[in-house]
Formats: sequence, structure tokens, C-alpha cells
Amino acid sequence: MFKYLFAKNEDIPPGSAAIFFGFSSILWFIVGTGLGSFNAAKLAFPDFVTGIEMLSFGHMRQVHVLAVILGWISMAFAMAMMYITPALGNTKLWSEKLGLWNCFIWNLGLSVGLILLWFGVTSGREYSDIIWPVDLAIIFGLLLPLGINVWMTIKTRRTQGIYTTNWFFGAATFMVIIVFTVGNSPEFFQLTGLTEAYLTWWFAHNVLGLWITPVAAAISYYIVPKVTGNPLYSHRIGHLHFWSVVVFYSTPAAHHLMSAPLPEWLKSFASVEGVLILVPAIAFVSNLLLTMSGKWKMFVENVEIKFTITGVLLAIPLNMQGGFQQTRAINWYIHGTGWIVAHAHLALLGFSTFLEAAAVYYGLQTLLRRKLYSLALANFHFWMLLIGFATYWISMTIAGLIQGAGKIYEVPYIDVVIAEHPYMIARWVGGTMVFLGNCVWLFNMWKTMRQGTLIPAGRLPHELAYER
Amino acid sequence: MAFREYTIGTRMFGLAFGTSMFITLYMPAMDMRDVAVTDIGLHRQLSFGRVGGFSYEDPWLQGKAKPATVMIDKDPGTGSTIEATTAYVYPAGTPFPNGIRHPVILGEKPRLMSESLGKVGLADDTKGAVFIVREADDGGETIPYIENATATRGWMPEATMSVASEENTLYVGKGKIMFVREGCWWCHTLLPEQTQDWQYFGAPPMLGDFNGENPTAFGSDRKGPDLTHVGSRNSSREWMVMHFFNPRLVQPYSIMPRYDYLWGEKDINGNVIDYDAWREEYNQYVANERIYPPEVPIPAGDSEARALIDFVINLK
Repeated sequence: MFKYLFAKNEDIPPGSAAIFFGFSSILWFIVGTGLGSFNAAKLAFPDFVTGIEMLSFGHMRQVHVLAVILGWISMAFAMAMMYITPALGNTKLWSEKLGLWNCFIWNLGLSVGLILLWFGVTSGREYSDIIWPVDLAIIFGLLLPLGINVWMTIKTRRTQGIYTTNWFFGAATFMVIIVFTVGNSPEFFQLTGLTEAYLTWWFAHNVLGLWITPVAAAISYYIVPKVTGNPLYSHRIGHLHFWSVVVFYSTPAAHHLMSAPLPEWLKSFASVEGVLILVPAIAFVSNLLLTMSGKWKMFVENVEIKFTITGVLLAIPLNMQGGFQQTRAINWYIHGTGWIVAHAHLALLGFSTFLEAAAVYYGLQTLLRRKLYSLALANFHFWMLLIGFATYWISMTIAGLIQGAGKIYEVPYIDVVIAEHPYMIARWVGGTMVFLGNCVWLFNMWKTMRQGTLIPAGRLPHELAYER
Repeated sequence: MAFREYTIGTRMFGLAFGTSMFITLYMPAMDMRDVAVTDIGLHRQLSFGRVGGFSYEDPWLQGKAKPATVMIDKDPGTGSTIEATTAYVYPAGTPFPNGIRHPVILGEKPRLMSESLGKVGLADDTKGAVFIVREADDGGETIPYIENATATRGWMPEATMSVASEENTLYVGKGKIMFVREGCWWCHTLLPEQTQDWQYFGAPPMLGDFNGENPTAFGSDRKGPDLTHVGSRNSSREWMVMHFFNPRLVQPYSIMPRYDYLWGEKDINGNVIDYDAWREEYNQYVANERIYPPEVPIPAGDSEARALIDFVINLK
């Protein structure tokens, strides 16, 4: 890849940037989940690796979160955008060279930001922990070049209309830049007090709502029709999904601070808007599941569809939880407990990761023109992710309910810690399964690149039979 | 883009997204801008200093250029006995908190009082200053404000530090940095909820309790108890010292990490701390080979552990 950084744009093989992003994202996924597993071990066994500042929980927790969000998820998104956007416009990526540089700087900038965080150089704000000079580098060095490439590819398309996936890609790359800029303004401009607290959660909410959720959904809008051969069930429901994301998902940020002394109108407004998140959620899930009609056999037989539809199905509990857990009636019970941790992993490790994994599986095969090396390893990866995630989610949900009960019945805190111990072990086991599954995935994709069966011109990866 | 629907669509998008941003950014900002600070809010920002995360003056989060909180009962200017007062000492070169740099964030009445009675406009961070929190009566309403004691009473930073005893000096500003850097807030919230937490963790904060604070570090996940009023529940420094060195010494089931590395190389008496020997003896204690655990060293005055304990004990 590095030899193309200084090549002429025309000389760079199409898809190079996406391939670079794809393998980078898998590597960051391994780093992120490895850190997660290590952190979980510390919560189960507090004296596991002790007394070293750099390996203490408080120094590593945020590195895990941001390695997964900005490394795995966002780089997989960039990968998906760099091959799906041109494919849907019947054109080439606007600038393959910009894409390669984008990926190179992304890896570099993220490494710098995360190493600084690891040393404790933090802004002290959850999700926007990265210090503001690096935030500026992320906005102008990572997100803006990605956005320019996507927007220009859409502009130079050779089709008349723009397909659903590309509305989401074009809008989300724009919105994430706004979200990063506004969300980090407490650091840029020294905003303080409740304004700072509110903007911290405004960022945390919108980076999920306007970046991760819509882009992950957009991937499934591409993969499911492409692989099953069914047209999208309804363009109009897609419209409903898109517009309700913009209108409803961008507004409930204050529901993360229901117990803080924010203005009451703001909390009530956020809570109502939070329930309305069900509008885009139901539109999305029903549209995709109806697109599957007549092709449900592929949910079992085709690994890309298996990942995609699992992600879509996990959006159901995700949004049912998300829509209602933020209302005052429920929030007082589960706020600040492991329930929320479970919910966050349902969003990022459940719903979105399965969709990104599908994009990377399908995209790397398409771009490398090689059939997946091993179906068995891919299935193994799938089940390690799903069982590992389910173990994590169920154990943390139970732990959260225990904490919630302890909170309202005024149980001494240490008794809650003792009661949670078995679930902390289960969470560590689940997280470790995800990590091991990802190591197998990297091996499988590496072998695909080296030894996968060549896909003849004019054929799609899923049309070929597996040889192993 | 020569397709009519997309012209309309992009305008609609701008309208929808812009409206959303107006409601979720502009309206709350205008609402929160007018919040008047409480005395709690003044004490907080004066004890923490300008910023509790990454900053120019302290890029590696070592707690540099941060104020000290002192309890004094002697006037640093005249030496006469006064009522016990909490003073916030900003040595020369320490950046002032936002309430002094931009008094507008204090809300209208506290700002007017701080400027007219408190003379905060005369404070100069190149020379340092000492601040105290005072209250004034405004037609039956009690208004808290900041007094620049360097200007009004002639209290100089060095003189104020020298009249305060060692046990009445708290390095809260540096401690907040430790709290943020070490990620204490990943497991301990600083936000009792407006529901059952009243009984267990004390009163939740009010609207004006945070003006001038950055980051607020409320935390979102409780793996340990809320710490907002921890200094009122447990003010034993001996307990804190043991608990931070190895939480299992005082609470066998605690899952908190050990923060022994914050002790640095030497303890308060200048003796080198032998961590390996300590851990070995502790392991013997855990294995029932010793009756008592090894003695926990007392942290040195300039150690990070001392500052963190000061911060936690000061959370009243």
C-alpha cells in the first residue's frame, strides 16, 4: 500500500484505499477487543496485573472504547464507503490517492491519540476523551478527507438517482464533522459547568446517532439487496428512516443526563424525542426484513447475509431498550448501572459490529477478486462473536439489574460488588471469545488475500461455491 | 446534482438538521447561560483551578500550576486571629478559574458582587492571588461572591501558605487532575441522582453548582459508590491512605485497583518505598503466613497520592 502513496492517482488500482481501510479496521478490532478483554479481567480479578500505572484500568478503559469506535467501527465505515459509494454510482472512487492518505493518516492519528490517552493525557470527558489538538487532527485529517471523497464520488456518479445507502453516507459524513466540532467545543473554547456536561453527552449521543447507527444501517441497505438479488422492499420506508434519523435521532442528547440538574424542559423534550427513535428503528428493521422475503435460506447458508441480518435483528432489542430506558420511569432504576454498559455493547458490538463485519467480509472479497478462504472459519468467527457478545450482554444486564435493585433498596455498595462478581467473570469470558474470534477472522482474511479462489470477471463473490 | 429532488432534499436536510441543532444547542445554551452560581459552585471552581484535564500549563497532567486550598485562622496580612476561613491560594503563574477570567459565567448578581465588593478585576495571574468565598445580602437574598483577598486584605500567596498548617493544606487542584488522569470517574460518579440516592449518597447537586468547572467528570457508570459527599461520610485520612495503597487492606471484596504507584519513590519521611518487599509481605499476609499486613507508607507532601486523597476528602 505504501508504494502507492506517492503514485499518480490513475496508477493506483481501484479499491486500494478500501482494502487498506479493511485490513486496518480488523487490526484495530483485535486491538480494541483485546484491551476490552484485559480490562474485563481486571474487573473480575482486581489484582490481575497490578501496581503498573500504564496497565491500570483507569488508563486503559478509554483506549478500549476509542480503539473500537474510531479504529474498528469508523475505519470499517470508511472501507464500506470507499467501495460501496462508487459501486452505487457506477463510477470509480473520486480519489484513490486521497483515500490511501486518509487511511495512512487515520492509523497514525488514532495511534497518537490513543497512546496519549494511555499515558493519561485526556480531556476528562467521556467519549470525547481525546485532547483537542488531536481532535482537530481527527476533524481535518480524518473525517473531512473521507467526507470529500464520498461527496465527490456521489457528485461524479454515472447514475441519475442516488440510492438510499449513499444518502446516508453523504449525510453522515457531513453530520459527524459537525458533531465532532461542536461536541469538542468545551475544550476549544473553555466552556464550563453544565454546558460542558451537556455538550459531552451531546457528542456521545450524536456520534452514535448520526454516525454509527445510520452508516451501519446504510451498509445493510446495500448488502441485503446485492447478495439476495431482491430489490429493496420500499424506497419510501427508506425515506422515512433517513428523515426520522435526522429529525429524531439528533435531539435526545439530554436523556443521558436525566439525573443531572439540567433545565427540566430539556430533559422532558429529550425523553419524548428519545422514544421517537423507534420511528427510524422500526422503519429500518421492517424494510430490511421484508427485503429478505423468499430468500431466508440465505440467512443460514450465506455468511454475509448471516452477519447482516443478525445485526438487523439485534437492532430490535437495541432500540426497544434505547427508546424506553431513557424515560424517567425506567431511567431512575438502571442509570449508571451495568445495564447501560450492556446496552452500549448491544449497540456497538451487537447491532453495528455485525453489519460492519458483513461489509468487510463482502468488500474484501469483491475488491481482492478472491473467494473467502474458509467458510468454516467464517462461521466459527460468527459464532464466537455472537455467543461472546450474548454472554457479555446477558451477564451485564443481570449485573445492572442487581445494581439497580441495590441502589433503590440502599444496599451497602460492597454487597452489590460481591453479588456482581460472577457476572464480571462471565463478561470477561464473553469478551475474550470475541477477541479470539477476531484473531481467527484476521487469519481468514489474510489467507483469502493470498490463497482465495480467484473470482472471474463479471461474477460476484457469493455466486461462487466454497472450495473448503 | 442536476436532479431537482436533490436540490429540494439538501435544503430540507439543512432545515431539519438546523432546527434540531437550534433546539438542542442554542436554546439550552441560552437557558444555562443565565444560571447564577451557588456558593458550592464558587468553592468548587476556586479549588480546582482553570481546567482539570489537558492544558497548556500541564500537558502531561501532573498537576502543575494548580491552586491549593488552605484553612486559616490567622490573618496572613496582619497576623491577628480571625474566624476560620477557607482560602484558595494561586501562586504566581497559576491560571485563574473561569469565574475570574470571565466573570459573566457567574450569573448577574454574583458577577456584580465579585466585581464591586470582591475586586476580582484587580487579580493578576502573573503575580498570583488569594481568593475567598463570601456572601452578601441583596434585599433579603443571600448572594455568594468571590473576594480577591490579595486586593482587599493584602493576603499574599506565600504568606497565606505559611500561616496554614500542613494538615490544613489540601492540594485539591492537583488532586482533581489525578482524579481525571487515573480514571477514577470511570467507576465512581460525581452525581447523586434525583431519586433514591438522597438516602444513601446525599443531596444531588443544584443548577448553579458547576459554573466554571471543566471537566465536570460526572461519570456514567457506577462500579463503586458515588463520591460527591464522600468526605462527609468518611474523613479519615488514615483509612484513605490504606485504601488507595491497596483497597483490599480495608475492604477485602473491593474491586478497586491499587494506586500504590501514586506514592512515588519516597514516603513522607524521605525513606525509599520498597514496593517489591511490600507486595511480598502482603502476599504472605493474604496466604495467612503473617498476622498483620505490612505497614502502608505515608505519602510525601508533594506526592500524587497526597493530592488525590486531599481531593477525595474535600468532597463534602
